Amino acid sequence: MSEALMDVKPKRAATNWLKPHRIVLIAIGLAIVLASIFLMRWDWLPQYMPLAIQGIWRTIWLLVVTSVLGISLAIPLGLAQAAGPAWLAAPAKAFCTIIRGTPLLLQLWLLYYGLGSLFPQFPWIRDSFLWPYLRQAWPYGVLSLTLSYAGYEGEVMRGAFAGVPKGQLEAARAFGMSRFTIFRRIWLKQALHRALPTLAGETVLQLKATPLVATITMVDIYAVASRVRQDLFVTYEPLLLLAAVYMAITGVIVFLFRKLEARIPTRIG
Amino acid sequence: MGLLALEPPGRGSFLLAGFLNSVMIAVGATVVGLCLGVCGAWCKLYGGPVARDLAGVYTTIVRAVPELVLILILYFAGADLLNKALAAFGYPPTDIPGVAAGIFVLGVVQGAYSTEVLRGAILAIPQGQIEAARAYGMSPSLIMRRITLPAMLPFAIPGLANLWLIATKDTALLAIVGVNELTQVTRTAAGATKAYFTFFMAAGAIYLALTLFSGAIIGRIERWARRGMPSVAGAGR
Repeated sequence: MSEALMDVKPKRAATNWLKPHRIVLIAIGLAIVLASIFLMRWDWLPQYMPLAIQGIWRTIWLLVVTSVLGISLAIPLGLAQAAGPAWLAAPAKAFCTIIRGTPLLLQLWLLYYGLGSLFPQFPWIRDSFLWPYLRQAWPYGVLSLTLSYAGYEGEVMRGAFAGVPKGQLEAARAFGMSRFTIFRRIWLKQALHRALPTLAGETVLQLKATPLVATITMVDIYAVASRVRQDLFVTYEPLLLLAAVYMAITGVIVFLFRKLEARIPTRIG
Repeated sequence: MGLLALEPPGRGSFLLAGFLNSVMIAVGATVVGLCLGVCGAWCKLYGGPVARDLAGVYTTIVRAVPELVLILILYFAGADLLNKALAAFGYPPTDIPGVAAGIFVLGVVQGAYSTEVLRGAILAIPQGQIEAARAYGMSPSLIMRRITLPAMLPFAIPGLANLWLIATKDTALLAIVGVNELTQVTRTAAGATKAYFTFFMAAGAIYLALTLFSGAIIGRIERWARRGMPSVAGAGR
C-alpha cells in the first residue's frame, strides 16, 4: 500500500508543478536568457575562461577551508558557552558578540590593513619563517572568514549543545562511558544533527561572504569579473555571469547538505 | 587618540557623519524592505499563480546571489535606467546621491528576506482566529488591521530584528561602490593618516555599540508585542 503511494507521488508532483502558467513563465525566462546570450557581448569569454575557472576554484577552496576551520573552532566555542565554567563562557560569548556585531568587511580590513601595517614594525616577525606568507593577502582573508564563520556558528552550536535532551547524556553515563566518549558518541553527534539545517543556510551565507576578499587583492571569481569589467568596459555581462555562478554553487551546497541530512535517521527523543 | 577628536585636526567629525549616513541607509533600507516584504508575502500567500511564482523567483534569486554582486548590478542598472528615463522625458542625466542609491539597493535585498519572515509569521497565526474574524463579518482590510497584523507581530519581530541587524552591517558593503558611509569614511581617514588600526577599531566599536543598543530596544519591542501572551520559557509551543 505504502509502496504504491510512493510510486504515484513523484508523477503527481511533476504534473502539479508543470501548470500552464508556469510553462509560460519558464518560456519567458528562457527567452530572456537566450536574448541576453545573443544580444549582449560575450566574445571575451574564451579569453578569460582559464582565469575564471581558476577564480571559481579559489572561491570554492576558500569556502571549504574556512567552513571546516570555522566549524572546528565553533564546536569548542559553543561547548564553552553551553556547559563551560564562567571564565570560559564569558570570553566565548564576548567573541561571538563582537564578531556578530561588526561588519565582516570591517573585520577583514582591520586584519589586512591594521595587522598588515603593524607587523613590519617588529623585526622578529620580519625575520621569522612566516614572513613570506604574512606579506600575501590570502592568510588574512582565510583568517577573517574563519573567525566570522566561527563566531556565527559558535552561537548556533551553543543552542544545539543545550538542546540535546538531558536523558540522553544521563543514559550514556549510566552505560559507564567516559566523559570524552559521551561527548564524541552522543553529545557532539546529536548537536551536529540538530544544527545541520542551520549550518546549510550559514554555509550559503559564507559563500556569499567570500567575494569580500577581492577587496584585499585576492583573485577569486568576483575579482576576475571585476577585472573583465575594467579591461573591456562591459558593465553587465560579467556581473550576470557572476550571479549565475554563485547561484549554481548555492544549488550544489543545498543539494549536498540535503544528502547529508537524508543520511542521518531523523528520530531524536 | 588625538586622531579621533571631533575638532578639525582629528577626524572624529568625519566618522560621525559617516555613521549618520550608515544609520540613515539602514533605516531607509529596512522601511523599503518592509514595504517590498509585505507585497511579496501578500503575493506568495494570497496572490494568483503568476504573482506567487514571480515572488518565488525574486526571493530565490536575491537570496542565492551575494549582496556585493547584487549591489553592483542594482547600482549600475538603477543609475542607467534612471538616466535613460530622464533622457526620454528630455531632462539631463543626473548623479544619484549615494545615500538614496544605498537605500534602494539594500531595500531590494532586504525585501526578499522580509518576504520570507512575514510569510512565515502570517502562516503561524492560528487559522481559527482569521475564520472567527470572518464569521464576525469583518471586511478583509479590517481583518488585516485588527487580527492579522497584531497577531503576526510576535512571530515576525525576532526575524525582522535580525534583518535590521543585517541591514546595519550590510551598509558597510556600500563602501565598495563609494557611498560615504562609516566603513568608507574610515578607510579614507585611515589611509590619509596611516593609523589603520586605530580607525578600524574605532569604527568596529561604533558598529558594536549600534548593535548592542538595537538589541536592547528590540528586547523592549518584543516584550510589548508579546503582551498578554504566555511567556516562551517553559511553554511547550
